[in-house]
Amino acid sequence: MVVARTELLPIRSESDVVFVRQQVRAWCVELQFSLVDQTKMVTAASELARNTLVHGKGGTVEVQIVEDAERRGLRMLFEDQGPGIPDVDLALKDGYTTGTGMGLGLGGSRRLVHDFSIHSQPGAGTRVSVLRWK
Amino acid sequence: MERIPILRMGDFLLVSIQVDMHDRLALTLQDDLTRQIAETGARGVMIDISALEVVDSFIGRMMSHLSSMARVLDSTTVVVGMQPAVAITLVELGLSFKGVHTALTVEKGVRYLEQASRGSAKGRAHGRRSH
Amino acid sequence: MPATASTEFTETLRKNRESLLSDWAREITTMLSRHKDLIRDPELKAQCSEFIDQLMKATQGGDGTNIQGPAWGPLRDLLGKISASRAVQGFSPSETATFVFSFKKPLFTLLRQELGQDPELLLREIWSANVLLDELGLYTTEIYHKSREHVISRQQQEMLELSTPVVKLFDRVLALPLIGTLDSARTQVVMEALLKEIVVTGSEIAILDITGVPTVDTVVAQHLIKTVTAARLMGAECIISGIRPQIAQTIVHLGISLTDVITKATLADALEIALDRIGYRVVETATKA
Repeated sequence: MVVARTELLPIRSESDVVFVRQQVRAWCVELQFSLVDQTKMVTAASELARNTLVHGKGGTVEVQIVEDAERRGLRMLFEDQGPGIPDVDLALKDGYTTGTGMGLGLGGSRRLVHDFSIHSQPGAGTRVSVLRWK
Repeated sequence: MERIPILRMGDFLLVSIQVDMHDRLALTLQDDLTRQIAETGARGVMIDISALEVVDSFIGRMMSHLSSMARVLDSTTVVVGMQPAVAITLVELGLSFKGVHTALTVEKGVRYLEQASRGSAKGRAHGRRSH
Repeated sequence: MPATASTEFTETLRKNRESLLSDWAREITTMLSRHKDLIRDPELKAQCSEFIDQLMKATQGGDGTNIQGPAWGPLRDLLGKISASRAVQGFSPSETATFVFSFKKPLFTLLRQELGQDPELLLREIWSANVLLDELGLYTTEIYHKSREHVISRQQQEMLELSTPVVKLFDRVLALPLIGTLDSARTQVVMEALLKEIVVTGSEIAILDITGVPTVDTVVAQHLIKTVTAARLMGAECIISGIRPQIAQTIVHLGISLTDVITKATLADALEIALDRIGYRVVETATKA
């Protein structure tokens, strides 16, 4: 898998979250995602950017166009140096049932993308990587 | 500070969300609406989201809360104009929209509000007043 | 260390790069004369040139001749791109692999030139190079097939979109007769088509008729429920009709919960419910004498 293009965006304020949504939308349009897939990606970006801001106390997202031999996709890497998530499995579950659990929207976001991975340790920040192929 | 305008339509309040809201703006809207329902005694609230291309869990929860608070104030809420892509995404997201009534268009939303409010205490009181 | 991973091999390639390149390009053009118009000379030369460069880098990358290793990544990506473009242009799999296999002749000729004095070494080098090029050639075939599959699945998708009609049964009532198996891809298409029609026609009720769906398992049921939920979020109700007795049994047996959804055995029953919901009643008028 090759990274064809990349852009690093700060997530330090609410307006940054809005900007992330707009940028992700623009990249989805460029990759010619269907409207539904665009919506899924932008929504996932919104959820994860908010997490980064609210729980992670601010961080960054790297938005990338990735390619392999036969397809292109959009990858987003969210990173923060915040308190981390003590029980990732639980967080992934909570996002599913009511959306009011830890409010992390992680479980939901996972269903909106093709590939999802998360690394988080208390005291060591959180990294979430999501990818959607065209 | 920017605010989303709330229109008065007879006994109902109408909000049309046209911008990509940041979280604080959404919360301000929630507060403004709740306050106005209380102040005006509105029997119903319509939230038009036909221009919203993204509804995430935060906005979804905001609308759920608003609906609950409106109910406590004896007012009905209806959310209209949800775009198909948004609906599909919300289902995947797993967001529970229970307690929030939805309608396809503003007209159908108004019809729903009129029916619903006729059955409410306010509606009955209103009915009696007009005789 | 395998012979082809030696620095001598790389040196041999580097020293004779130009002659190797032109020999190889000539070889390919002869073997692929059928497609002379599809690959222009400069483009082919560029591809061959880059292949040789990447090959030199890869053999020095520390992964020996394991072409799945990271050092071989760039070369794999190059072959992948070439392969995918050949697939789209209509080359056959063998013609695509020819790009790599045709490199053998010029390479072995070169090796014989350089190492002719030492038959043992020559044999080892040729064998090593042969195995390597075979693997690379097979890799191009794999990518070729994946690309073709991609094209086919896209065409299938387009056919799907054409074959899922949403029908307006009545004012504000839509019907979606589903025929055939409901997999994920199909359901996406169907769901989007239905929801779009709901908006366009302002229909508050959609009847999903599954008479033509052979089996309903938990996956299919989940898809149906997702469709119903999405419609409901927008402000429309769905009724599922055409539930055959066997399907009803399967649903109960699998413990699928359809309590949130109205289900009816026939489309006719569903239509009756729908009309009632939107405030219509069917009345028999006086018959002609």
